[in-house]
Amino acid sequence: MKSIQEIEREIIDEFSIYDDWMDKYEYIIEIGKDLPLIDPSKKSDDKLIKGCQSRVWVDAEKKDGKMIFTADSDAIITKGIIGLLIRVLSHQTPEKVAKAELGFIKEIGLQEHLSPTRSNGLVSMIQQMKLAAIKQSTL
Amino acid sequence: MEKVAFNIEQIRSQFPTLARTVNGKALIYFDNGATSQKPQVVIDRINEYYTLENANIHRGVHTLSQEATTAYEEARISIQHYLGAQHAHEIIFTKGTTDSINLVAFSFGELLQKGDEIIISAMEHHSNIVPWQMLCERKECKLKFIPMSPKGELDLETYKELLSSKTKLVAVTHVSNALGTVNDVNSIISLAHNVGAKVLIDGAQSIQHMPINVQDLDCDFYTFSGHKLFGPTGVGVLYGKEVTLNSMPPYQGGGDMIKEVTLEKTTYNSLPHKFEAGTPHIAGGIALGTAFEYLNSLDMEALQQHEKELLDYATGQLQRIDGIQFYGEADYKVSVISFLIEGTHPYDVGTLLDKMGIAVRTGHHCTQPIMDFFKIPGTIRASFAFYNTKEEVDIFIYALQRAVRMLK
Ligand SMILES: Cc1ncc(COP(=O)(O)O)c(C=O)c1O
Repeated sequence: MKSIQEIEREIIDEFSIYDDWMDKYEYIIEIGKDLPLIDPSKKSDDKLIKGCQSRVWVDAEKKDGKMIFTADSDAIITKGIIGLLIRVLSHQTPEKVAKAELGFIKEIGLQEHLSPTRSNGLVSMIQQMKLAAIKQSTL
Repeated sequence: MEKVAFNIEQIRSQFPTLARTVNGKALIYFDNGATSQKPQVVIDRINEYYTLENANIHRGVHTLSQEATTAYEEARISIQHYLGAQHAHEIIFTKGTTDSINLVAFSFGELLQKGDEIIISAMEHHSNIVPWQMLCERKECKLKFIPMSPKGELDLETYKELLSSKTKLVAVTHVSNALGTVNDVNSIISLAHNVGAKVLIDGAQSIQHMPINVQDLDCDFYTFSGHKLFGPTGVGVLYGKEVTLNSMPPYQGGGDMIKEVTLEKTTYNSLPHKFEAGTPHIAGGIALGTAFEYLNSLDMEALQQHEKELLDYATGQLQRIDGIQFYGEADYKVSVISFLIEGTHPYDVGTLLDKMGIAVRTGHHCTQPIMDFFKIPGTIRASFAFYNTKEEVDIFIYALQRAVRMLK
């Protein structure tokens, strides 16, 4: 399995071929369509993160010592960004997830979506993913 | 300033922000409901104040302080004249609409008794809901709501039934920020006065779109924010009738609002100072006066006509987009269009439009009760000012179609 840093580097390389914003978003929307979706039965209120712009559901499990994340959102761009985060964080050990800095988001120019004022649920989602990992690492 | 004929290019050239690019594209600013851009004269006035005149007001014998005081008081007079108020001291400088409404909710609220009733409407901004809820909790009063129709118009028949001798205040928005509806405030005001209730009109979204005369309206309070009508942020106005303002206790205590202070007791200053505790936003007040002078220099009728054309044109063009649903289809509207497009999420549409240089608002627009009424989480809102153009609308429609193609 590749390390978090390796996957982040891979994503940065993929995005480097787009110099147009619309192409970049076209790609994010594609990623959003392939998001590993949360099981519908788990789409309950306690998994829901309410932003005032978009809503996000996220679920975390530990399998064979690795964190597995699934999620969903009502907004496709939000889904695309979640897809990138899951690609980086899923199948990693809880310790690594808890410590991940996720600098790639800024490098590919998407940091605006992680601003707390954007209120799209993504900031809280990352917190929840890390919290779930921290819980798993102390068990 | 002298009135000049309506010339869109000339008007646009007075707003420096409109000339910038966003994400490599010429900015198209359709978020005027949130805040407007500022003309150069307003920006220059703020700069000039801090460069040459800066001093505290109402409290110095020195030249700078007197000049600043004069400029600030002249701004008050410009605003008085623009609003057609009887007296300059009926113009209270505040931080904005929210602050003005909170002032009334506190000070006028002090006069209320347990069981008194306040009426607001189903289409209020949160800042014209929450202060009344807080007051009702504090004073054990009752809050009632004028309902609205699916078109986004207030139901005045029900309003008549809500009114009674218990009604002490009616607080409604002149224009809905989320729907664009222009409410029939003349009827709302006279019906309230028939039962002896006072009326507050939230003018945050009306004063930039139409002439306002508070004496013709006969409202008891009228509130607005400077930043939505081409002035600075952090400054706004509460207009109140002299008798009503005089009957109310002060809101905040501090400097400027007192006549005499001993350690035991204070006598309060007269209007408007009674409601203006502390050093105000001096530069903001002065530049707000400039914004009104700027508006006075324009041909308001021509501006209204232009905005109406933009609204009709944009509505017509949008209607041709598959799956579009409008929210707010009142007969009488200002240039605000709220909509959703089937199969797309406002957040996605807003993000893609931004990447194409277009600023719109997405979300609930601080009007969650309206969103609950329509059972939607939010809308996309385009709101035009007189400096917007049909060409911008065309680019917006094109960009919107592109965004929808990408998202569906
Ligand atoms: C109808 C209405 N009322 C009140 C406000 C609050 O204005 P401010 O935030 O400037 O105090 C707004 C601003 O969006 C508004 O549109």
